[in-house]
Amino acid sequence: MTYNDKVVRQFVVVTVLWGIVGMLVGVIIAAQLWMPQLNFDIPWLTYGRLRPLHTNAVIFAFGGSGLIGTSLYVVQRTCHVRLISDKLASFVFWGWQLIIVAAAVSLPLGLTQGKEYAELEWPIDILITIVWVAYAILFFGTVAKRRVSHIYVANWFYGAFILTIALLHIVNNLSLPVEFGKSYPIYTGAVDAMVQWWYGHNAVGFFLTAGFLGMMYYFVPKQAEGPVYSYRLSIVHFWALIAIYMWAGPHHLHYTALPNWLQSLGMVFSLILLAPSWGGMINGIMTLSGAWHKLRTDPVLKFMIVALSFYGMSTFEGPMMSIKTVNALSHYTDWTVGHVHSGALGWVAMMTIGSLYCLIPRLIGEKKMYSIKAIDIHFWTSTIGVVMYITSMWIAGVMQGLMWRAFNEDGTLTYTFIESLVATNPYYLVRMLGGLLFLSGMFFFAWNTWKTLGSKEMTPIKASEPADWGEHA
Amino acid sequence: MLSSFWHWYVVIITVFTILASLWLLRWTKGISNRDKDNETGSTGHVWDEDLVELNNPLPRWWLQLFYITIIFAFVYMFLFGGLGNIGGYLGWSQEGQYEAEMNAAAEVEEAIFSRYREMDNETLMADAEANATGQRLFANNCSMCHGSDARGARGFPNLRDDDWLYGDSFDTVMQSITDGRQGAMPVLVGHLDDNAISDLVVYVQSLSGQKADAAMAANGKQTFDMFCVACHMPDGSGNQALGAPRLNDDIWLYGGEPEAIRTTLIQGRNGNMPAYKDLLSEDRRRLLAAYVLSLSK
Repeated sequence: MTYNDKVVRQFVVVTVLWGIVGMLVGVIIAAQLWMPQLNFDIPWLTYGRLRPLHTNAVIFAFGGSGLIGTSLYVVQRTCHVRLISDKLASFVFWGWQLIIVAAAVSLPLGLTQGKEYAELEWPIDILITIVWVAYAILFFGTVAKRRVSHIYVANWFYGAFILTIALLHIVNNLSLPVEFGKSYPIYTGAVDAMVQWWYGHNAVGFFLTAGFLGMMYYFVPKQAEGPVYSYRLSIVHFWALIAIYMWAGPHHLHYTALPNWLQSLGMVFSLILLAPSWGGMINGIMTLSGAWHKLRTDPVLKFMIVALSFYGMSTFEGPMMSIKTVNALSHYTDWTVGHVHSGALGWVAMMTIGSLYCLIPRLIGEKKMYSIKAIDIHFWTSTIGVVMYITSMWIAGVMQGLMWRAFNEDGTLTYTFIESLVATNPYYLVRMLGGLLFLSGMFFFAWNTWKTLGSKEMTPIKASEPADWGEHA
Repeated sequence: MLSSFWHWYVVIITVFTILASLWLLRWTKGISNRDKDNETGSTGHVWDEDLVELNNPLPRWWLQLFYITIIFAFVYMFLFGGLGNIGGYLGWSQEGQYEAEMNAAAEVEEAIFSRYREMDNETLMADAEANATGQRLFANNCSMCHGSDARGARGFPNLRDDDWLYGDSFDTVMQSITDGRQGAMPVLVGHLDDNAISDLVVYVQSLSGQKADAAMAANGKQTFDMFCVACHMPDGSGNQALGAPRLNDDIWLYGGEPEAIRTTLIQGRNGNMPAYKDLLSEDRRRLLAAYVLSLSK
């Protein structure tokens, strides 16, 4: 029996590609915020249309391809079996790519449901549902066929990610189609807003957190060649994370038409979420703790430790921002944008990149990428890029919040809105340069991947025999 | 208010989820290794040849952090509410907070505005502090159309010159701010042929003293007298009662070049000054009127 690595390789290649595309669009819209003329008065290039293209491309095309690809790699190796169906695997790959292309066409045309991170219109939503169910069958079918009794922790997280995204996607996108490119949600008013942010926050929790924790739990011990730090910590933070995340959505709607009790509930659960979130960081960092000396020679581990650090930082920042008093300052400012990117670039992208640097050579039976030097360069462009991005947005965000709330004794606002934009402009430039730096590293990634995989034939890798667990089995 | 079913639904699943988290913490603390001698020893599981797990105890500081957040949650919900219809002990609500902050601000403002209320319009227009407040109100409410220097833009009147669409009395300006204005230029000559329109454009240009072909202007005047005089008056001096612009000066709301005049004639224009009576108090609107008038004086 051999592993199906063809589908993994396909997903790996598109992850790199969509990463470059998504981040390029991000840099373009960052440039537009700095200099609005850069939309050249072309409707398809305006910020309102490219922004959802950017978020969908980096989350679902880059992140999604990375998650599906690595999950199919991990589930085979930790269950010691081949995927249950090559055809189904192929369907998942091509179906997901079709969805991405449909998004890339429809969003610039201005077709949108107007729901953040759920902009895609109903025909694409139906396609997503079909492909996602196929993916779930493929993943859980393989888990069911496993040759070891105990399911590895990475698979719990991938599994929670797959199940919950199905639930979130279907409930939030229930809508009444009026024509091919237009539909209206079945929810109204504050209920619609609450359903949207129940979806939105759990997309962060289950797509961008649980999924990537699954990635972390396989690739960190693999690359560090050390044991996972604590089994029981993984149990408690897994169940606590998935139980508590579900409640945190209302913190996106502080001081709105949402009832007071619901806002309070969203806030306290966001705070309880701190410890379960940090459980994953502790387990990851402590797993690396036996391998500190390897950081000197292995930039792949550097990606992983920095990813875990950003994970810890943004899961601390998130609960703090959910406190009403802090939120009153931070809401609607660029602080939120900085927070999202410390998670998206610092955690999600860097964990994906680190994991793929670990995975790619193994597809052809090797342990190292073509160029270690290029990985190191990529590491530093990414790290400096993220730091520039989030520090500029912290300063900009706090400044905006303070400027917007300042008022004089006579009740007039101290600053007009345009004054806050003028004051923010230099930080928009720094943010764009940070993004550009992060993007530039992705080209080293693509080159290195090409050099490692490009011309090499893949020989099917034999499924490893389950180890004898003795009396523990 | 939630119905009693949903109220209890919220209370029960909230409390259950938090208590279940506590139970989970207690339970996992107790998961022991088969190898009792070695608390951090491996679980004995192996995957993919070399993936193994230790079973270190939960870090104490982390456990305590978890407990602290749970205690905080109950204290916060007791003080501020959160369990469905059970209100918080402190009686806090965002509506209450809003009212309190607005009332506190109103007290401070009252001291300022009561002074202005006693002033007549002329004194108000000359008062430096009143104008400073008026300028700030203008910056936040009016400048997006009229410009931060109040010089306007195409379609948005310049407020610094002495040309007034509706008149320059204090009450008129106050009325413009309070109830807004609808400045409609109807399409009355759309059915005419191109030459007639061109002639009319030339005549309108000639009214403002621009160079114009005399023959064309003479033709245009006939059309003007038929369609335009009712609002713009025979001499083109306009009508402030209707908000019809004066045409015999060189100030143009929508542009004085031939193409712009032609567009105005063929497509009409709809100027819309929004009403501020629900957005700004009368005290503030009065300060704004005084400020605007002070600009052209």
